[in-house]
Amino acid sequence: MNAKSNWLFNLYIFIFLLYMLLPLAVMGGAALNDSAFPSVYPWAGLTGRWFIELFQDKRMWEAFRNTILVAIAVVIISVPIGTAAAILINSLAGKTRTVLYALMVAPILTPGAVIGISTLLFWNEFGVSAGLHLSALGQASYISAFVMLMVLARLQSFDRGLEEAALDLGANYSQVVRRILLPHLYPALGAGAAIAFFQSIENFNTTLFTRGTYDTLTVYVFSKVRSGITPTINALALILIVVTLVIMLYVEFARRRKEKALAARAGTKEQVAKAEAAGRDQPQAAFPPTQ
Amino acid sequence: MSELFRRYGHTLTWTFVALTAFWLLLLVILPQLYLLEESFRLYLPLADIGGPKDVYTLANYRSAFEQPTEWKFWLPFAWKPVILPFEAPIRIQVFVHTLVYSTVTTVITLILCYPVAFYLAKVANPRNVPLLFVGLLVPMWVSEILRAFAWFIILAFKGPLNMALVNMGIIDTPIRWITGFNSVTFGLIYVYLLFMLLPIYNAIQSLDTNQIEAAKDLGASSWRTHWRVIIPHSKPGIASGCVMVFMLAAGSILVPTLLASTQSRWFTEIIQQAMFESQDWNTGSAYAFMLLVTCTVFVIGMMRVFRVKLSDIAR
Repeated sequence: MNAKSNWLFNLYIFIFLLYMLLPLAVMGGAALNDSAFPSVYPWAGLTGRWFIELFQDKRMWEAFRNTILVAIAVVIISVPIGTAAAILINSLAGKTRTVLYALMVAPILTPGAVIGISTLLFWNEFGVSAGLHLSALGQASYISAFVMLMVLARLQSFDRGLEEAALDLGANYSQVVRRILLPHLYPALGAGAAIAFFQSIENFNTTLFTRGTYDTLTVYVFSKVRSGITPTINALALILIVVTLVIMLYVEFARRRKEKALAARAGTKEQVAKAEAAGRDQPQAAFPPTQ
Repeated sequence: MSELFRRYGHTLTWTFVALTAFWLLLLVILPQLYLLEESFRLYLPLADIGGPKDVYTLANYRSAFEQPTEWKFWLPFAWKPVILPFEAPIRIQVFVHTLVYSTVTTVITLILCYPVAFYLAKVANPRNVPLLFVGLLVPMWVSEILRAFAWFIILAFKGPLNMALVNMGIIDTPIRWITGFNSVTFGLIYVYLLFMLLPIYNAIQSLDTNQIEAAKDLGASSWRTHWRVIIPHSKPGIASGCVMVFMLAAGSILVPTLLASTQSRWFTEIIQQAMFESQDWNTGSAYAFMLLVTCTVFVIGMMRVFRVKLSDIAR
């Protein structure tokens, strides 16, 4: 690549980053602007009143509580299911594996609205009416697939010989799982639980059809935006942006510290490169789509 | 399977099987089959259920082909519709618009993301990549609805974009961005962009940089290296990104609702209308099933075109 095209390329990346971040800046900035329509331009002066209004909204707090409840339920359902399914499919081969794998990942490729409607109809047949419990079940149907994929990836690096050795040395079955298998899977289980939690919070489409009369945060924001918008939503957005940014930067710096400690201990360049490569793998792994 | 019994014993193995069966049967397969079955039945008052009127019929699907009206077709990024010389059922018009604009979104996100994915995977200094990712992933973690809401503000008639353009003297009068499918397309591209970027980044990252060097050493131009080496290698990522973006766009409720103009109706709105306004769950499930089939056909089509397996797309 010559210098000119390189320069253009860098410019493109710069514009792309701006394109990703400016909308958030506009949305967040509008939370601090003293204007009834959420906008940053023209600037009408700094205010904190949208935050006060947001915190006084009882409906928001209830939606917040519901969201957290559903998210916890989804973690409780999907982590064991995803783990069990990964262990099961990892021991299969051939046609059975292909078919089962297709069934397991199908929910990821299914529109959330379809999952929501089918969950609603199916459970309604058994007298279970819409509500947060159905939202949790509907969300778990595709979130389990994310957990399954993460655990399955982790199982690839599992040394089965360890289980053999434990069995040979007289460990019983539950000891093999508790002392050998699970400790190896912990990172994937932790990441899977985090993904499940945040995926659930994000979810809108499946929740919309299964929620009955309950609000979750996304539904609350949606109905607020539709019924005459006020900058209180921007206040909520700004809080979420700041929290996200803080968590992500914390994770990134924790990773760097770990990397440095590792380098100091090993003292070789190879190890640093390895740790860096491992770090690079993180963002994508922590990153499934929404339904 | 016998392997599992030997390692974990009967109790644990059957627990694994039971959990998986609960998931696949009660949360995935049976609800979908039930959706399909319901879509062939009529929406009847309780008294008639199980009676002579309760028969299997195609009526729900047929209803999608009713009410022919003049077709105002919106070309991508047009400010005025083209009036087609024939009539078409209103829901089919919406369906076709949904397909067209989901495809447009998919193609544009692919074009926008490929260079960025390449940059992150092979050009950027690996030390800076994690920080770049923080920048890129913040919008992603700040939920779909807020990403769409951000564009709702930006594109508003008296919003920041118009105000800035007018004050800078680029345009004289504010532009009505929320016209036709323009605002919806802008929104869909922004909201689902990263679902294209990440799979392609993953794919390019797994390519040995030596292969790129080798192509260059053998005299291939930059374009040719991309066309013959990098793109073929990143096919699974491209297929995965396209499938994800298309499915998310076609099934999107938030973006087409928040950024809707008076003319841009989306197929999910038709589904919602049946489910919530008419309370006709049978017709709703018929339309939902149409959406599901569309997405499935797209997935299979992509697998054929790119010659990749399902395990390459979803992993």
